[in-house]
Amino acid sequence: MAERIGTYTLKFTERPSIIGNAAVVGKTEGEGPLKDYFDRIFEDDTLGQKSFEKAESALQMEAVTLALQKAKKKPEDMQYILGGDLLNQCIGTSFALRDLKIPFLGLYGACSTMALSLGLAGILTDSKAANLVIAETSSHFCSAERQFRLPLEYGGQRTPTAQRTATAAGASIVSAEHVPQRPCLEAVTFGRIQDLGIKDANNMGAAMAPAAAETIANFLNDTKTLPSDYDLILTGDLGKVGTELLQELLLKDYHIDIKDRHNDCGLLLFDCEAQDVHAGGSGCGCAASVFNSYIMQKLLKGELSKVLLVATGALMSPTSSLQGESIPGIAHAVLVSKPDIVQ
Amino acid sequence: MATNQKDYGEMAKKASPPSPKAKDFLCAFLIGGGICTFGQALLLLYTYLELPETTVKALVPMTIIVITAILTGTGVFDKIAKHAGAGTLVPITGFANSIVSPAMEFSAEGRILGTGAKLFSIAGPVIAYGTAAASIYGVIAYLFKLY
Repeated sequence: MAERIGTYTLKFTERPSIIGNAAVVGKTEGEGPLKDYFDRIFEDDTLGQKSFEKAESALQMEAVTLALQKAKKKPEDMQYILGGDLLNQCIGTSFALRDLKIPFLGLYGACSTMALSLGLAGILTDSKAANLVIAETSSHFCSAERQFRLPLEYGGQRTPTAQRTATAAGASIVSAEHVPQRPCLEAVTFGRIQDLGIKDANNMGAAMAPAAAETIANFLNDTKTLPSDYDLILTGDLGKVGTELLQELLLKDYHIDIKDRHNDCGLLLFDCEAQDVHAGGSGCGCAASVFNSYIMQKLLKGELSKVLLVATGALMSPTSSLQGESIPGIAHAVLVSKPDIVQ
Repeated sequence: MATNQKDYGEMAKKASPPSPKAKDFLCAFLIGGGICTFGQALLLLYTYLELPETTVKALVPMTIIVITAILTGTGVFDKIAKHAGAGTLVPITGFANSIVSPAMEFSAEGRILGTGAKLFSIAGPVIAYGTAAASIYGVIAYLFKLY
């Protein structure tokens, strides 16, 4: 049963296992440094669909289907599916999952959705409220561009602080039963909304960094541990600018140095220089795909022992930006550890 | 003590790399200048073909608009504009692209409420305020008998 430690953190005493995982990506992501780790790379970003929203749903469905296959489970074995995306009313998710017939809990955490869904799946399974739960999310460059920014073929320039929304989806299947051969969930810290007044929607790394700093500090404080107790503190999509600000804020405000333990999914997913993605990757699918491919494989091989996944979200909309509001950030942290028995 | 909004704003500013202005200006000048030179070449060509002056004045922008529309439709224009910036935005190429790109993008929502409604979503403000500015200028010109 999940046990509260400190002020913000829940420890999973039963250590629920991630028994299946899958990550699928689009063409650009499939040309990046992690190309060998993904379960499937789609060469065509439309995925053969008539709209980019449908393409995102198809991408997400593929991640869920592959994760189920890899876990050797069927949709009817699942008690809940927790997921969300960036589109209005989360249509990427609801249209992807409508034929699955699994009780659905729609989540909106912007790009923090992977850690949010994994954390909630941990609570549901650790408390034995459910045996098997899917945690998943997706984002699509083209559907995000048309909702948040400008038409794809519009000729404009981006600032160096802008990030590229990943066309990617990731799914994890969490089991209440602890499987010694699989990575497991150890703890979760849900974050508080942080807003330090950044208004530039082309600098979301800066908007989210304070939330990530606070969540990481809260987690370390609650668990009475140090960054050196972990192999990797992996933020979701802070990119170059957010990464620099996160490390600086943690050192300045909390006297925590994570430099030699920290990396960011947005910097891992793309080669920023060669792929012209400016400050790095972003989107729900960024953390979801990096975690469910590269990180999970490193955990399975025992090359990483303890990873703190801190997915970050910018809780703005085009409306709030036009009305001159600043961008509230959020970050949720999930601690995942390697299998008890590494094969 | 926790960092306040003001201090964080400074930190963020320091951490955010600025746009490469010298490179941007140079690219805008060269590509924008190139487009203008091309327009002038068209003017000379159409004049050489002995077309009437009014027809030439209409044909030059029309040719550039059609070329922009084709380049937008084939996904080439945004790749040029990425480097050109104001170089493709300021000439009529920018205007043509701002109408063709939403027309393509929103065709998934249907011809009327998709393409039709979103056609001027970017160019609309330019048309609205451009017309308003022209009207005000017209009134001033009339009052002070500039013509």
